[in-house]
Amino acid sequence: MTTSRSSISPDRLRAVAPALPWAIALAVLAYAFIAGGYLVTVMSFALIYAIFVTGLNLFMGYAGQVTFGHNAFAALGGYGSAVLTSTYGFPPLGGFVAGMALALCLALLVGYPTLRLKGHYLAMATLAIGLIVYEIAVQWQAVTGGYMGLSGIPPLGIGRFEIVSDRWQLAVLAVIVALSIWSAMRLRASRFGRALVAIAGSEDAARALGIDVAHYKLMAFLISAAYAATAGWLFVHVVGFVSPEVFGLHMVVLAFTMLYVGGIGTAAGPLIGAVIISLLPETFRALKDYQDLAYGAGLILLLIYAPKGLAALGDLIPRSKRS
Amino acid sequence: MSGQPAPILEVRELSARYGSVEALHAATLSIADGEFVAILGPNGAGKSTLMRAVMGLVPNSGAVHFRGHALPRVAPDACAALGVVLVPEGRGIFAPMTVEENLELGAYLLGDATELGRRRERAFALFPRLKERLHQVAGSLSGGEQQMLAVGRALMAGPDILLLDEPSLGLAPRVTEDILAALAQLNRDGLTIVLVEQKAPLALKLASRAYLMSLGRVVAEIDPRTVTSYDDIAQLYLS
Repeated sequence: MTTSRSSISPDRLRAVAPALPWAIALAVLAYAFIAGGYLVTVMSFALIYAIFVTGLNLFMGYAGQVTFGHNAFAALGGYGSAVLTSTYGFPPLGGFVAGMALALCLALLVGYPTLRLKGHYLAMATLAIGLIVYEIAVQWQAVTGGYMGLSGIPPLGIGRFEIVSDRWQLAVLAVIVALSIWSAMRLRASRFGRALVAIAGSEDAARALGIDVAHYKLMAFLISAAYAATAGWLFVHVVGFVSPEVFGLHMVVLAFTMLYVGGIGTAAGPLIGAVIISLLPETFRALKDYQDLAYGAGLILLLIYAPKGLAALGDLIPRSKRS
Repeated sequence: MSGQPAPILEVRELSARYGSVEALHAATLSIADGEFVAILGPNGAGKSTLMRAVMGLVPNSGAVHFRGHALPRVAPDACAALGVVLVPEGRGIFAPMTVEENLELGAYLLGDATELGRRRERAFALFPRLKERLHQVAGSLSGGEQQMLAVGRALMAGPDILLLDEPSLGLAPRVTEDILAALAQLNRDGLTIVLVEQKAPLALKLASRAYLMSLGRVVAEIDPRTVTSYDDIAQLYLS
């Protein structure tokens, strides 16, 4: 073993490995906060996506289900609040409650019948919701502004206190992300979370243990939809503008990439995936025309050398032989 | 027989199908309280389907009575709640979770923490290996340990009757013996056991009674005492 020659033993490295993704994410965040400028914008997007992906991870990573349509819930959370605040003068928090209610109603309406489907059928059904909501955002011009979108959406704030500076927005986002991840971890460690992972393992075995599979799948779907709606709401208020493209299929593809690169089924995966995938294209900006090529190659390398995601990189450190 | 205790599980005319293929034809059998019954038969005889149909895991028709009450036919969670618990073929343990989490899931329907602790200790007493591996991820256990976990998890549900679908599948002979010995111990302690097994000699050593299945039907009831040699078993399978 070559690593045994270095002063840090693999065992010790393995012990600190789980903390590494958190440390990296925190370091990047701190750096962005201090450096300011464009990096703050990039990190703000990363954090909003981290919330979206954390919700996706509950449904896909823990419960083992497939959804291609969670952009619909982000769109409802985002557009719901955008319309109410910019057109009707609601406060952002009021918009949040309304958008969340809309998203949860749709999730219930869609989830109740479709969660009895398995695998590909569920994926197709959810894909359809995403496409339908996107089309509505495009076509219902009187309310959504169509392709032109809506602008003049007020920033986040409570009452007369508004968060205008980029840095403060980043700080608030960081707190919300921390809360999101913390609650996802609590959920995973609970009886509810164990039931979800059991369903992912084998629905039959879970049912034979007395777990009401359909009920739990629906609950997981609703909770992940709530995360998506929160992300959509944050997005429109941080950017101040919304158009259908924001919540298009691209959002799903991007979120999937983050989930798999970061590590599906892990707590740190969504955050680290969101940060890395948001930063990667920026890193390769100097390569100009070859930027996409470098980004694609980077992704392939990541998936080859860290197939379980970056959050599980610690597993790659060789175990020392037991004496 | 006279003086036989009341049946704990009665299966009448139970049929089950996968799509257009009927895999179980009108199976009828009766299990008495405290019995150890083996279900024997070659591959594809419908043994697993019988277990899954009793639990309501496959679409089925017919009647299953547990302690005189009709079991709902498509609600495995209700069966588990009543005390009919299955250790499925291929174990069905949850590989990404720790041994401890798997055991806790077994007692999923139990709200009482002290009873949960009691059941855990009983599972550890039966399989000390589980206690050693408590915080290990279940997927990293050996085949035998995984089967122990599957049985331990089923016991956590506090069953009145335990159905086991080929627990010896893919295990080394010695490990198989350990697990079957544990089942015999559980039966001596009063648990009713129904064991599906292809390895007839092993099952007949433990069982007080056996049913033989073939091509989706229960074709014979066997008294293990009358089966003394391998030739007898071969005779049963071939007739």
